[in-house]
Amino acid sequence: MTEALLTIENLNVSYRGNGRSAHILDGVDIKIGRGQSVGLVGESGSGKSTVAFTLLGLLADNAEVSAGYAAFDGRTRNFAARETASLRGTDIAMVFQDPMTALNPMFTIGTQLVDIQRRRFPRESRKALWARAEAVLADVGVQDAAARMHRYPHEFSGGMRQRVVIAMALLVEPKLLIADEPTTALDATIEAQVVEVLHRLRQRTSASMLVVSHSMGLIAELCDSVVVMYGGTVVESGKVADVLHRPRHPYTQALLACEIDPYAAFDPSQDLATIPGNVPDPARRPQGCIFADRCPARHDRCRERPPQRHARDGQNYSCWLEVA
Amino acid sequence: MRSASLQIHLAFKLTTALLAVAGSVVLLLTLTRLIPGDPATVILGSRATPEAVAALNARIGLDKPLIEQVFAFFRRLFSGDLGQDVFNGRPVLGLVLGALPNTAALAISAMLCAIAFGVPLALLSARRPGGRVDRLVAFLSVGFISTPSFVVSVFLLMVFSVTLRWFPVLGAGESGDLGDQLWHLVLPTAALAAGWIGYIARLLRSSLLEMLGENHIRTLRAYGVSEAKILMKYALKPAVLPTVAVVGMGFGELLGGAVFAEVIFNRPGLGSLIYDAIRTRNYPVVQGGVFVIVLLYVLTNLIADLSQSLIDPRERARLASGRGQ
Repeated sequence: MTEALLTIENLNVSYRGNGRSAHILDGVDIKIGRGQSVGLVGESGSGKSTVAFTLLGLLADNAEVSAGYAAFDGRTRNFAARETASLRGTDIAMVFQDPMTALNPMFTIGTQLVDIQRRRFPRESRKALWARAEAVLADVGVQDAAARMHRYPHEFSGGMRQRVVIAMALLVEPKLLIADEPTTALDATIEAQVVEVLHRLRQRTSASMLVVSHSMGLIAELCDSVVVMYGGTVVESGKVADVLHRPRHPYTQALLACEIDPYAAFDPSQDLATIPGNVPDPARRPQGCIFADRCPARHDRCRERPPQRHARDGQNYSCWLEVA
Repeated sequence: MRSASLQIHLAFKLTTALLAVAGSVVLLLTLTRLIPGDPATVILGSRATPEAVAALNARIGLDKPLIEQVFAFFRRLFSGDLGQDVFNGRPVLGLVLGALPNTAALAISAMLCAIAFGVPLALLSARRPGGRVDRLVAFLSVGFISTPSFVVSVFLLMVFSVTLRWFPVLGAGESGDLGDQLWHLVLPTAALAAGWIGYIARLLRSSLLEMLGENHIRTLRAYGVSEAKILMKYALKPAVLPTVAVVGMGFGELLGGAVFAEVIFNRPGLGSLIYDAIRTRNYPVVQGGVFVIVLLYVLTNLIADLSQSLIDPRERARLASGRGQ
């Protein structure tokens, strides 16, 4: 049980094109224990989706991947050689971001739910796979699943489509379930329903989960631990409760300050919190601390690469500041 | 409710189709008038008496104003009469119907041949864009598209009929002998299909590549669905829509475009019928023949249009819910 399901150390991803290369991920370490749920948080462009796509070997052809060490389910894996493509649809499944475009408009939900199980259950009959799909569809809260199996995606609402996409991931009984921004494309009430489905799922399956999101709130609800990413690097990681209550890295602090508390009294005179500036251009990354340009606590040392610090409770962060 | 809106859609399509046919008839009769030279002089010779000319004009209907000719054309049409051959008085309808099967056989076999080769070539190209196969297919396609079919016809005749003697040179084969007829069909079919093979290969390849970049394809890849199944099933079905529209249009165009192939291979058919009629200024035959081609052109477009909505479930739903025109 002590052995992790997924361990990746020093993951680097860069894209080549037009004679220049853009570094998207720089020395990312991620560890997901068996049955554990890990959140990957960061703003747009932080590289969090790239981590998820690397795991499935779904990056574009001009991506260059290297990792110091990588292992999945007790076996070392070479993520650079797209060996991980063999994990697709069997050991790793992914819930995609945009349910409106994640399903093929020309085929019924049933056909698609059957075909995605083929890899996992090569010997089962189509009829058996159809029955499984129908059961799981009902399980994720789609009413009248038997009839809905014969319907096309355009006949489903956004929330229902997201349930179908979640059902896909459940059908292959993966060891690792990746949810890439599972609620971003949904409106607030439907988001709550989908979170509820994911939550239920989390309690019922033994699968590990990797939740990619820009919302700390969602991750707090679904995950045990969290990895905070910025500009293609991990700036902080630790247990959700620790990171949320005692963020050590200035970026995590700034990100938490941007969260909107839905229960707070609305004050129209107050501006929403933002982090000034932009994510650095991956083609021109700064030498020292990647966050230095936007950091409120910047000082001279930040021109050098910050050290990895390990707090006693297992919280890691990389910053020059000594945080009490 | 559901079928009512579908009927409205159909009625709309049919009305536009009929308007297109009517418009083309007006254009056809106008063009006949605009062609230089008096038909009567061409037919009767320069030394014809004025009485003979007037009699001929009255027989063809050229003595009446244009608008009246149009109405007369449609009036006769409703009783199944396309006019008479100027020279021997045979009904044009019979001539056209007699020539139609040969032309239709040629157009259908050319289009089937174009689909049978074009679709696999597109799939092969889309499998590895920029690869060796893709570049070769692109080169050949552009070559085929840009070579006019009459050049291909002459070339095929020289190589396969004259030099190698594998295929017959002229005619449509013995009537009643299906094998012989098919044998005669090979070279004209190849000549007409060549450009369309290239066109379908290029068109379908680009829609396939567009589809392969879609999120729903990425979903399937993430679940390890085989590339063959993704390409042949999930990408091909949505990608085929634009090609269906073009094939519908192309079929109508082949009916007209068969003129060259029929003249070069000396095949009886609509094309050679119209060609001969133009040379002899046999206007009723020209008008009747072109009218039938227009009619078939509009009809194939209508079928292509409808089959597109049969393929796409969203389009079906749009029609059924009455949100269509």
